[in-house]
Amino acid sequence: MRIPILKLHDCLLVSIQWELDDHTALQFQEDLLHKIHETSANGVVIDITSIDFIDSFIAKVLGDVISMSKLMGAKVVITGIQPAVAITLIELGIGLEDVLTALDLEKGLEKLQQELGD
Amino acid sequence: MTNQSCVKIFNEWDIVAARQLGRNVAKELGFGIVDQARITTAISELARNIYLYAGQGQICIEKLYDGGKSGLKIISIDSGPGISDIRQVMEDGFSTSGGLGAGLPGVKRLMDEFSIDSSPGSGTDIRATKWLR
Repeated sequence: MRIPILKLHDCLLVSIQWELDDHTALQFQEDLLHKIHETSANGVVIDITSIDFIDSFIAKVLGDVISMSKLMGAKVVITGIQPAVAITLIELGIGLEDVLTALDLEKGLEKLQQELGD
Repeated sequence: MTNQSCVKIFNEWDIVAARQLGRNVAKELGFGIVDQARITTAISELARNIYLYAGQGQICIEKLYDGGKSGLKIISIDSGPGISDIRQVMEDGFSTSGGLGAGLPGVKRLMDEFSIDSSPGSGTDIRATKWLR
């Protein structure tokens, strides 16, 4: 199953609705970069409200796709990190320090607009 | 033993199966959302280590009843190359696979009890327990 990527003006919206396996995660990485290229989007919001755990592999895939998007000129905001996910990520030793985050989709889009300067 | 169920790890899909098993048992034992996430994450890291470093092995989930308390034990066993320097792999930030797979120190922090038994050529046996509070 592929994760749908929606276009909204000059942004892309992604909502990850189910537990990611390795293959889906890597496919998503590729799909998102192609979509950025195709649509010339300059911002991306990835909502992970439905995700109830993130291991080091998924964290690495997410971190990598954010760096890759940045190389292409698009900013990424992650939204909806659940309390349990935040706790386990930090205990695991993964801070995702340079990643832009927001509480929910609405705040994520606001943050993106600020970052993009309009 | 009826208190134990196992998943053999051969590929990426088995990692998903192992963490689903762990999550189900954790739920059944009455662990809260945060502990369920800790247990699921720990299993995912251990299963991935098996897949990446040993090629194959198994993850067993055991229900524990000790006096008044209950808990969940993850047993990760493989007959892969083993670990020559356990102290080194228990240091934060040490990885031989370029950031994939886990930090064992992370797994130790997620769980209440952690033990590792390994030597080169004889595989690796890791046990990690979470007690229900």
